[in-house]
Amino acid sequence: MATVELTFTALPAHVRTARLVATAIARRTGVAEALLDEVRLAVGEACSRAVEAHRVHCPGEPIRIELCDDSGRFEVTVTDSAPSDDLEQAYKDEDELPAAVNGTALASLLPADTLMSGFGIAVIAALADDVEVYPSAKGLRIRMSWPAATTGLAPA
Amino acid sequence: MDLKLDHHTEDRLTIVEVEGEIDVYTAPRLRELLIDLVNKGNFHLLVNMEKVDFLDSTGLGVLVGGLKRVRAHDGSLELVCTQERILKIFRITGLTKVFGIYASVEEAKEAHGRDK
Repeated sequence: MATVELTFTALPAHVRTARLVATAIARRTGVAEALLDEVRLAVGEACSRAVEAHRVHCPGEPIRIELCDDSGRFEVTVTDSAPSDDLEQAYKDEDELPAAVNGTALASLLPADTLMSGFGIAVIAALADDVEVYPSAKGLRIRMSWPAATTGLAPA
Repeated sequence: MDLKLDHHTEDRLTIVEVEGEIDVYTAPRLRELLIDLVNKGNFHLLVNMEKVDFLDSTGLGVLVGGLKRVRAHDGSLELVCTQERILKIFRITGLTKVFGIYASVEEAKEAHGRDK
């Protein structure tokens, strides 16, 4: 398993860098060329959402992105430090530890004032074939993955 | 790639040429241009996206915002786009039903002429 980690200040200009790095690692990991646009867009959406949330709640805190190739999957996790109470409350059932939330279900439950944030998550849910969102008071973690060649070469 | 914006008006239709990436960093410039055009009385806008390499939900938000502004003046905001990678995000979000999307500027101008 190889992991690349990237942390960046919550500035919109850095989102493009994160997209480029994610796309380059996805290509190297063996994600099919036809899926690279989806990786680029989904990672961009997750990072844009995180940047907007940090600018409101904690502009000095960095955003973290992990890119991991594991057993034939290319996995991306974007973690922010902004409280995602609105997202958490939109889905929360009980006072339990943060649980993984299906991206599509979460987007459909978002209140109207988080429309654009929900829009981004809905786009991610449509693009990645496996998405989990972990909302909590300490931040939001979005994990998404795509199939990749186990050899690191793009499948035919 | 950065965002390049240009615009010109032909027969009451203002054509906005967009080139590059529309994302959380560049979208505010497109928003400013659309607001400026509407404030100056341009209520029929055609955004040519044929040279757009990347569009995310922030960019979609700007286009929806522009549409709301022109509609407040009985205007229109339509798009020229044939790139599958860009059309996909409109389909995912259901916005293909909200925007008129044409295959070329000529086709859009023709439709606009019929609607006048």
